Amino acid sequence: MDLKQLYQDIILEHGKSPRNLGKCDDYNHDAQGYNPLCGDKVHVYLKLNNEKKVEGLTFEGEGCAISLASASIMTELVKGKSFNETKEIMSAFLNMIKNSSNIQSNYLDEDQKIKLMSLSGVKKFPMRVKCATLSWHTLFSAIEGKVKKINTEVVD
Amino acid sequence: MNIKNIKSQFPIFSKKINGKPLIYLDSANSAQKPLSVINRLNDFYKNEFSNIGRSIHSLAVNATNKFEETRVGVKNFINAQHKEEIIFTKNATEAINLIATTFGQENINEGDEILLTELEHHANYVPWHFLRENKKAIIKFAPVNDDGDIIIEELKKLITSKTKIIAVTHLSNVTGTIVPVKEIVDIAHKKNIPVLVDGCQSAPHIKVDVKDLDCDFYAFSAHKVYGPTGVGVLYAKKKWLEQLPPYIGGGAMISEVKKNKITYAPIPEKYEAGTMATAEVITFNESLKFIKSIGMDNVINHENEITNYALEKLKKINSIKIIGNPKKKAGVISFTIKGVHPHDIATILDEDAVAIRAGHHCCQIFHEKMKLTATARASIGIYNSKEDIDMLCLAIENCNKIFS
Repeated sequence: MDLKQLYQDIILEHGKSPRNLGKCDDYNHDAQGYNPLCGDKVHVYLKLNNEKKVEGLTFEGEGCAISLASASIMTELVKGKSFNETKEIMSAFLNMIKNSSNIQSNYLDEDQKIKLMSLSGVKKFPMRVKCATLSWHTLFSAIEGKVKKINTEVVD
Repeated sequence: MNIKNIKSQFPIFSKKINGKPLIYLDSANSAQKPLSVINRLNDFYKNEFSNIGRSIHSLAVNATNKFEETRVGVKNFINAQHKEEIIFTKNATEAINLIATTFGQENINEGDEILLTELEHHANYVPWHFLRENKKAIIKFAPVNDDGDIIIEELKKLITSKTKIIAVTHLSNVTGTIVPVKEIVDIAHKKNIPVLVDGCQSAPHIKVDVKDLDCDFYAFSAHKVYGPTGVGVLYAKKKWLEQLPPYIGGGAMISEVKKNKITYAPIPEKYEAGTMATAEVITFNESLKFIKSIGMDNVINHENEITNYALEKLKKINSIKIIGNPKKKAGVISFTIKGVHPHDIATILDEDAVAIRAGHHCCQIFHEKMKLTATARASIGIYNSKEDIDMLCLAIENCNKIFS
């Protein structure tokens, strides 16, 4: 039962065919994420325009179905959002992964929320939580531009 | 051999994991403990506890004797010449660090070479890397082929007049390769190069005879030999232990302490500073007795039978690729499944209470060589049965179903 919650069709589908894979044109922010426990790697490329809006968002990486699906869904949902909206969605996502099966966000529609909520089952698999959050932490450091390489052992 | 009888000696197998009987295939990581070992630890704390060494009271004398009995047990287990050649550490990693540090201090200078292999666990690489950093030493890696065998001819070519030590695993924790250590020791000794053997995987699963291998150093950990955590063993030839400097300083490792001068205790105490894992070392003797009661030949035959059965069954699953095909192989089977990441495999198998390991198994050098980021690994212990392998295969079919 729990396995079905973890490996929902939407996760398996995104895991198999991740969206927005590769480097986006003219990216002006990027960061790398690494999970030393399992070797998952992700490199997030971000293009922020002059109004600090996410014009392009792609990723390269290797990892399990959970980490690829999470990165793939993230790139779909965050594209077109403003800097502040992105930060709100990100903390809403991280909050859901840790504490809730629902996501509270002012900037996502119902379909988008359902997509992200497909990842909420991961909290029953504590060893796998970092698979789901790696790309989001990496996006955060790409946006902030403070740290170029993040490591799951030093972020929550 | 009656496997049911053996399995029943391990209390963990009466527990349910996720509502199902545990299928434990992670013994290369750490082995489960038989009741005799668990009881010994409990008994010692309940009825016999004392520190060892200096005190004169009865409990201390008993504990000291029991501690030394384990030393003799280990000496016999690996067929060492002298019991003083057995040093207890906190784990095999510390044992290797001990040699890398003390040997390096005396014998490694700028430009000197340390020869490792591409099969090494990080525990037999990182301690040598410290010497690369601190002493500007050079580390070379003898290559492995696609089968997971070390290419001995290439290893020979890498030996130069600058080679100061060779450190090699006895049994790969990824491919199960049984490395021809005796041959490597022969090659090295002809050029007066000492050899350290990482015996973590060999000690529990194949016969180890350090006299026959003639290796200078051999390290392993108790917890993989059905014993308690917190205990490692360093075997080193007496001449080395007498000649190398001490490692950790403190109580018990000294002979006389003056304001201007300190002399060290004779071996083995010279290398056993401070309070040791007294109860665990004493308990470890019970693990050795457990193996002895089965007989190493029976262990080997049984594990070979299960390994061959597993290889045969796994090869029948089309989506599976087994990593390496070494000439001599023990019960460590790493594999990948097409379209399923090893971490997803491990999670899905865990639902069926099949415990395996996924990742790089602390062998990133080998994984990189094989162009893999991670593998799934099933490793076999004395308690595993053919039914366990059948369950593993069923659970793998479940992976294929979910990811089809």
